[in-house]
Amino acid sequence: MAVPQNTPETAAHIKRIKKSSAAPTPQIMKQGALTPWLYLLPALLVMSFFIVYPMINTIGLSFQNRDGTASAATTCVEGQSCWGIFENYHYAITAEFNTSSLQAFWKSFWSSSYGNTIKWIVVMVFGTVAFGLGFATLADRVKYEALAKAIIFMPMAISFVGAGVIWKFVYDYGTQQSQIGLLNAIITTFGGKPVAWLSTIPINTFMIVLVGIWIWSGFCMTILAAALKSVPDEILEAARVDGATEWTVFWKIMVPIILPTITVVVTTMVINVLKLFDLVYVMTGGNFQTDVIANRMYTEMYKNFNVGRGTAVAVVLVLTIIPFIYLNIKRFMEQEAAR
Amino acid sequence: MASVTFDHVFKKYGDVTAVNDLNIHIEDKEFLVLVGPSGCGKTTALRCLAGLEEISGGEVRIGERVVNDVAPKDRDIAMVFQSYALYPHLSVYDNMAFGLKLRKTPKEEIKRRVSEAADTLGIQDFLQRKPRQLSGGQRQRVALGRAIVREPKVFLFDEPLSNLDAKLRVQMRSEISKLHQRLQTTFIYVTHDQTEAMTMATRIAVINKGVLQQLDTPQNLYDRPNNLFVAGFIGSPAMNFFRGKLRKDGDKLLVDTGDFSVVIPPSKSKVYENHAGKDVIFGIRPENIHDADFVPANIDSEKVNVKVDVTELMGNEIFLYLMSGSNNFVARVDPRSKLRVGQQATVAFDMDNFHIFDAGTEQAIR
Ligand SMILES: Nc1ncnc2c1ncn2[C@@H]1O[C@H](COP(=O)(O)OP(=O)(O)OP(=O)(O)O)[C@@H](O)[C@H]1O
Ligand SMILES: [Mg+2]
Repeated sequence: MAVPQNTPETAAHIKRIKKSSAAPTPQIMKQGALTPWLYLLPALLVMSFFIVYPMINTIGLSFQNRDGTASAATTCVEGQSCWGIFENYHYAITAEFNTSSLQAFWKSFWSSSYGNTIKWIVVMVFGTVAFGLGFATLADRVKYEALAKAIIFMPMAISFVGAGVIWKFVYDYGTQQSQIGLLNAIITTFGGKPVAWLSTIPINTFMIVLVGIWIWSGFCMTILAAALKSVPDEILEAARVDGATEWTVFWKIMVPIILPTITVVVTTMVINVLKLFDLVYVMTGGNFQTDVIANRMYTEMYKNFNVGRGTAVAVVLVLTIIPFIYLNIKRFMEQEAAR
Repeated sequence: MASVTFDHVFKKYGDVTAVNDLNIHIEDKEFLVLVGPSGCGKTTALRCLAGLEEISGGEVRIGERVVNDVAPKDRDIAMVFQSYALYPHLSVYDNMAFGLKLRKTPKEEIKRRVSEAADTLGIQDFLQRKPRQLSGGQRQRVALGRAIVREPKVFLFDEPLSNLDAKLRVQMRSEISKLHQRLQTTFIYVTHDQTEAMTMATRIAVINKGVLQQLDTPQNLYDRPNNLFVAGFIGSPAMNFFRGKLRKDGDKLLVDTGDFSVVIPPSKSKVYENHAGKDVIFGIRPENIHDADFVPANIDSEKVNVKVDVTELMGNEIFLYLMSGSNNFVARVDPRSKLRVGQQATVAFDMDNFHIFDAGTEQAIR
């Protein structure tokens, strides 16, 4: 038999063949083997061209020198340890660390882009989920629920660059003469000393994380609020009659019931934070020990013009994200199966 | 164990008055059933008692204590919901133990009470399962179990059997009755199924449009309904009603429907004499209308000419759908009756068992 062509005629033909061999299937399910592929084809083509090809190319480039003209092994420096063609990874993974002593390593780790990314993940994911859950629960009990939620969701509508600029003003250190930073203006009004929020280590990273929380809490709230709404009122009432306080109802009934959704929100937020670049780029450019992996990738690529190192950082980032994407998809499939 | 009192209780949702001036005193250990048509405010009344709704006026008391401002958790009540409302993430055991754990009951005590309740309800084998792995009837038992282990002062039930099939409903009905006898606690039970109400209740409160119509024992409600609504609501098939006039004819008092008239026996006429000339509604239950050939001995009966419209053979009895002029009505007659569809016939109204209501106020005249 000839290889079937992607035409409706062959699809119909295949349909007929299947009909004769397989157990009877309802008419509505008989779409043939090819038809779905036909519909998928445009998307597959676009995705291959814009995602799969660049990805393979990126991996290739990460094993080459700064402009992709020779193997990465050629960049090894005489007299220092060398990982051969993995030299860019050598750089990506170890360059920020001081390995002279355990103490020095520990210190350099926490000021590196890796250490900062971990701080981001811990604080921001916890912050957004906690605030999101809190807002979702409280908004459920106020009269103008939709309005309250809209206000909290609003930062989501601002671009990250825009948000970064806004908060840069809020955090502005100002000068001796004029004080344009809102936060410092408040502090000085009460007689305090202005703080250089974005250049004082270690608080600066957390000040940027705060902006991230401000933006993303609304997103978490929306998803968690939908989950909370799906918990039947009667279950909560049963718990109240059973002797539970509102606090117990929340922790022992609501949270366990929506735990699958919380897990999805957490993994989604971890992925978002790992990819986060704009806020750091706009607010500090990764200076004053606020660098994160994604911004470092950008710096190597477009400031240092080192394609090899930039792509190596990119690959490391992707490898870090993959487990979380896997978790998310697995969770999603389980939920679908449970339906 | 406690009495429960609704004292001029109101519950309003905006313009809707769901509970309107409800006054009920429920004795300790009583099994009170609230019945009424859909939307009449039964659930709302129960929720007000549970503390799940704030009341708009009046006073709710459990025992001697006014509970208007007491949180549900402090009212010492247990409630069984129509949808069961089991905690989906907890096992059957933990569902039942939840309330006890919150009260810091010792572990052994929890274990003892849960397994005792599980024994009573026949759910020992499911204790480790999650609610979604149970059938509707089993879930219902777990919901009951969750209420009993708490040993509360008052049990509240909101149509707990309405999601079960007919056979299971009959079985659970008797189990709940047995439970009441065993626990010797106050039960308040909401249903719109009058069979449940009649078979389980020590007293029934009939509610319509948020207003209490009558509060009485099942037998009294059936025999002496206070008004037209109660008369029509209790009993199946429902009581037959005929619009008519009370008329004096010589020394006889009769109800004239225009199509036929029946004489009120002298022994009873005294009650109605003062109302002669009034527009009334005459009510008689289907089982008090007999085939003229099978009239029981020793009853005061009045003959009425009818046309048989439909007959329904039920085996042990026959339902006759009859017409007399513009009146349609139902009779529940002896199975030996030979009356057939289309036939002109004579039936006998048992004049020892009838009801007369004022056509204007719809209250019973007695
Ligand atoms: N939260 C609410 N807001 C506004 N109106 C309500 C609310 N809850 C109930 N009602 C109204 O109050 C009335 C009584 O409702 P309720 O649920 O008590 O009826 P019910 O007797 O339990 O009926 P059913 O037999 O159908 O369960 C209805 O007219 C209903 O529409
Ligand atoms: Mg109801």
